[in-house]
Amino acid sequence: MKKKKHIFSGLYIALCFIFFYLPIIITMIFSFNSSKSLTHFTGFSLKWYQELINNQEIVSAVYVSVTIAILATVISTVLGTVTAIGLSKSRKFLKEYLLNVNNIPILNPEIVTAIGLMILFSSIGIAKGYMTMLLAHICFCTPYVITSVYPKVRSLDPNLANAAMDLGATPVQALTKVILPLIRPGIFAGALLAFTMSFDDFVISYFVTGNGVKNISIIVYNMTKRTNPTINALSTIVIVVIILILLAVNIVPILKKSKERKFEG
Amino acid sequence: MKHFKHLTKPYIVWSFILIVIPLLLIALYAFTTGGNAVKILEFTLKNFIKFLEPTYISVFFKSVKLGLLTTGICLLMGYPLAYFISRFKDKTQDLLILGVTIPMWINLLLRTYAWLNLLADNGIINNLLAMLGISPISMMYTDFSVTLGMVCNFLPLMIIPIHTSLRKMDNSLIEAAYDLGANRIQAFRRIILKLSMPGVLNGIVMVFLMSISTFVIPKLLGGGQYLLIGNLIESQFISVGDWNFGSAISLLLAVIILISMRLMKKIDPQED
Repeated sequence: MKKKKHIFSGLYIALCFIFFYLPIIITMIFSFNSSKSLTHFTGFSLKWYQELINNQEIVSAVYVSVTIAILATVISTVLGTVTAIGLSKSRKFLKEYLLNVNNIPILNPEIVTAIGLMILFSSIGIAKGYMTMLLAHICFCTPYVITSVYPKVRSLDPNLANAAMDLGATPVQALTKVILPLIRPGIFAGALLAFTMSFDDFVISYFVTGNGVKNISIIVYNMTKRTNPTINALSTIVIVVIILILLAVNIVPILKKSKERKFEG
Repeated sequence: MKHFKHLTKPYIVWSFILIVIPLLLIALYAFTTGGNAVKILEFTLKNFIKFLEPTYISVFFKSVKLGLLTTGICLLMGYPLAYFISRFKDKTQDLLILGVTIPMWINLLLRTYAWLNLLADNGIINNLLAMLGISPISMMYTDFSVTLGMVCNFLPLMIIPIHTSLRKMDNSLIEAAYDLGANRIQAFRRIILKLSMPGVLNGIVMVFLMSISTFVIPKLLGGGQYLLIGNLIESQFISVGDWNFGSAISLLLAVIILISMRLMKKIDPQED
């Protein structure tokens, strides 16, 4: 009886995973197809990858996506961490106000955030392009950094920084030597979230960009009118990179944990 | 320690300019006319009244209908999955949940694009059907393809919160229920379902929020003529150029979502 139940639940889990992963796997397989067909695999070839490298538009889109993701991650991680540390010492009114405002981009539908920024940029009169895309990305990444760093800051013993300063540390030293190392897991989690949010973003980039500046998502959106195997190749590269990053981030701690357990046992 | 207080100052200014002002601008556009140059401010409700026209209000109802349908399917598929996962050993659970999360980190456009290969008229599914002697079914550009795309993309948002609350549950409570004579259905209804309610509500809100506001999935899998609220907003800003009307719809969308979140919080038993 018990075994039968296990088979059923295992089967159900497997079916759901096929539903999640089948489209992704098929995309990857057909990126190596030698013909343009998306249904018949006619032979292995790297033709579409070659075409990808030679396509100037796609190469520059990859450049835009990667550089914006890196810049937005660095800036929003610094801004978010600094704010989270400051928040824990702020007065209640300010704290509540700022946390509520910070929640707006997280809770609001992306499209509303996107058109808000679009209207803002055109009323200030900033030319739409790389700069506006970067500003928008910092805008929606920072709230995620704050929400992952702030709980860590709050769980710190407030006396720690005071103790450091009593022992002669300057406020900057107390910050870099005591507080930052303790909240590092939160900062890493926030930075990872910021990077993937920025790298994957379509809706907000689509509305705030201009002057021909396009990221990967916008290119894909423009190309989907016809099925195009070059997109399969691009997808495959993006998916492999993201999965490798995630596995590295997630599997390493699990392995570490089990190793520690082994030592304890 | 007082020194650290000033660290919030940059973000106070930043968030005011890039979060608060854009919202105020949307509201300003929604209640005025005069095109994109808001030089002559004139208060009006015209934009909201325009939304009540049959063409637009039917788009709204269609979005709500598909949003509810997607949420319902996600709940029916996601709850059993979250429940089965929560029955495994801790380490297996971690891995399975990682497996559920990974697709979410991959670009939504790429994942949706992948369905094109499968669903197209001469796509893989129709080819398999042809081999079985079944005539091809046209699946692309229908409610079916749009709902399928939404369920596939948003299902993890349902599974994760439900799994989190199921995992937190104390197993001895279920054993106690059995000891007190409850049968399996009673134990499920009275204990498991009740205790996982916060996760269920959370999942419902997240999936509904995402599916009612998306415009990428309907555009890719529903075709150019397929309109949901998101597509309506997009067309007002990108092609039609009626920013006032577009802002009014966005404002309505934001309000609907705020209200549904408030409602869910009210029902949530843990809030009391």
